[in-house]
Amino acid sequence: MEILNALALFTNFVVVPATAYGAQLALGALGVTLIFGILRFANFAHGELMSFGTMITILVTWFLQNMGVSIAPFPTALLALPIGVLAAVSMALLMDRSVFRFYRKQRSNPIVFAIVSVGVMFLLAGIIRIVIGPADQSFADGERFIIGAFDSRRALGLDEGIAIKQSQVITVVVTAIVVAWLFWFLQKTRSGKAMRAYSDDEDLALLSGINPERVVMICWIIAAALATIAGTLYGLDKTYKPFIFLQILLPIFAATILGGIGQPIGAILGAFIVAFSEVVVTYAFKKFLAYLGPTDWAPDGLVQLLSTDYKFAVSFIILVAVLLIRPTGIIRGKVI
Amino acid sequence: MTKRVALLYGLMCLVLIVIGFLQSWNVAFGIFNLCLISAVMALGVNMQWGYAGLFNVGVMGFTALGGLTAVLVSMPPVGQAWSVAGGDIALSVLSLAGTIVAVIYARKVVPPVLKLPVTLVLMLAGYFVIGIFFGPATDAIESIDPALSGYLGGAGLPVVLAWPLAGLVAAGAGWLIGRIALGLRADYLAIATLGISEIIIAVIKYEEWLSRGVKNVTGIPRPVPYEVNLIESEWFINLANFFGAAELSDAASLFVKLCYAVLFVIVLAIIMWFAERALKSPWGRMMRAIRDNRDAAAAMGKDVKRRHLQTFVLGCAVCGIAGAMLTTLDGQLTPTSYIPLRYTFLIWVMVILGGSGNNWGAILGGFIIWFLWVEAEPFGNWFMATVTAPLGEDSGLADHLVSGAAYMRYLMMGAILLVVMRFAPKGLIPEQTGGSAASRSS
Repeated sequence: MEILNALALFTNFVVVPATAYGAQLALGALGVTLIFGILRFANFAHGELMSFGTMITILVTWFLQNMGVSIAPFPTALLALPIGVLAAVSMALLMDRSVFRFYRKQRSNPIVFAIVSVGVMFLLAGIIRIVIGPADQSFADGERFIIGAFDSRRALGLDEGIAIKQSQVITVVVTAIVVAWLFWFLQKTRSGKAMRAYSDDEDLALLSGINPERVVMICWIIAAALATIAGTLYGLDKTYKPFIFLQILLPIFAATILGGIGQPIGAILGAFIVAFSEVVVTYAFKKFLAYLGPTDWAPDGLVQLLSTDYKFAVSFIILVAVLLIRPTGIIRGKVI
Repeated sequence: MTKRVALLYGLMCLVLIVIGFLQSWNVAFGIFNLCLISAVMALGVNMQWGYAGLFNVGVMGFTALGGLTAVLVSMPPVGQAWSVAGGDIALSVLSLAGTIVAVIYARKVVPPVLKLPVTLVLMLAGYFVIGIFFGPATDAIESIDPALSGYLGGAGLPVVLAWPLAGLVAAGAGWLIGRIALGLRADYLAIATLGISEIIIAVIKYEEWLSRGVKNVTGIPRPVPYEVNLIESEWFINLANFFGAAELSDAASLFVKLCYAVLFVIVLAIIMWFAERALKSPWGRMMRAIRDNRDAAAAMGKDVKRRHLQTFVLGCAVCGIAGAMLTTLDGQLTPTSYIPLRYTFLIWVMVILGGSGNNWGAILGGFIIWFLWVEAEPFGNWFMATVTAPLGEDSGLADHLVSGAAYMRYLMMGAILLVVMRFAPKGLIPEQTGGSAASRSS
């Protein structure tokens, strides 16, 4: 019984939140890894692109809520999501046309691309802060919990309950659908194969008649769509704050490099590893250990490896470890 | 070439003088002082990017380290905190040293297969041992008079001493991160430095025993006189009368700003002298050779990784010095104010606008961008007010847009960066190179 209680506690505070967080990171990291693979640069504007798509989704959500449209018990944001995706895709394509294409023609150094993406980041950050402001925005509605802590406690007959938020289930389900579609697209369709070929060997792909502009366009469309979905799910699960999207860039980059640059499967794997390490390392194991040990035996401290303030340090440590031990990532990716 | 430099610098001075006449001399010198600090930061980034082509996205972290150094050097020590927790702190430091020694020793003794697990186990053990002493110590320190101190304080030394020290501290941090991330592909350095800067900020924000964290350290002793003392001293009143100052308090704050300006100009001049000397020496030519074609430079027997580490450390040191200067000027350390858009990417815009690889360009870029950054707010307000005027007085949309006007500065910086990168990638003052063959390869 005690072991079951400990497991329930662990599931409630570690497994469930980390799974949802990992799914959000995975969607972001997939976009970054695709851009890394196809366009060959680290896109610093990716976080702001996420933020931009999410902002549009929020605005449409508010509009729908005002009109009285709702798909209860689901959050209205799901209804608004396609418009947010569309807006982010248009923005990404616009930025590619007006900014990145020039440097592609010049065959510029990846660093030049990265610096230019900083410029795009500034632009998007400005637009977002002018339109929606720098403050917290809440837009979640619908049912909050699918399984409440109290219900699950009764159903399982344990002292510890497992609460599952609706946003967490939606996150995992949406991510699973999107990822399944993405892999089908990359493996089975002509465009997907062209993308993989272009990512593996640009010259060979050009030689076999693949249109590079088309590949790049599809890459941006997918990356922007994934970014918007990730940002919206993150906003539903936690909250929408414009500045958070610069901070979330670090775990996303860490997941990308950990998984191997340009490797979609690696990005997903990396995202879950980063998310689980972040949550496990900052979780206080005191109560968990108290259940496992004999009665009245509990450690004095919180038994927390790292205070929650330092969760960004976890992605960094992972990053450094990868750089030192295996710079190519788990699944051998590109390295120059 | 030199004509162009003189013209651009002259224009910049003219603009500041116009501000002095139109707004006030206090505003003009306020901007000028921060321009000087920005110029120092831009010089630091220019050493990394301009000389060596290293993409450091962690400027913010090194600046913050400089700020922390200023606090630790100049604030008076909190005696009570030391007497309560000094022993525990000493024991923590001892166990930290013990852990490091044990790890180094173990790595020498154990067979290669066991190296990683043994290191990890030792580090984990050391972490918990340190925690035994460290936890109670920090609790004790933070509970002493939390509203006023609640931290260990500093060394109580003159704050100017902190500037070179800040350079050393930032250089140390730069050396550590450079050892790990240099030599790999360039994007990795960018991402790794982004990470280290977030961690440095997190430490300063949350380790209250060290830096008071989000409670901020205020009232850092100044290297220059205080206004309140000035307006009471006779020589200053005479001086103000001599210049015909209308308001004594205005004159006092202007005098303080002038004193800072003199100090900052001295620092900038020293760093600039070294930077120019280095760039024009064989060392500078070697750095450019490595940047433009590292394979060829390596073939000539140059140790590329070592040279990269060298410039990286130098650049970090300069950023640290600028950070200490900034905290000194503000008189306070506010960890929450360190955000990457302002302290990392803005500096990048400065270097790229001014002209990467050219120290005069970096300084000019620092001046122009800081000036625009400050003046973007009144301009943004005016612009938004004009644009929204047709919407009427009580329009909600107009109010919303006007309240967001301050963020026009982000748009402006993005636009400047993109336009410069596209149409004048060499910047306002392009790099001087030896011959026509030495143009940038990228």
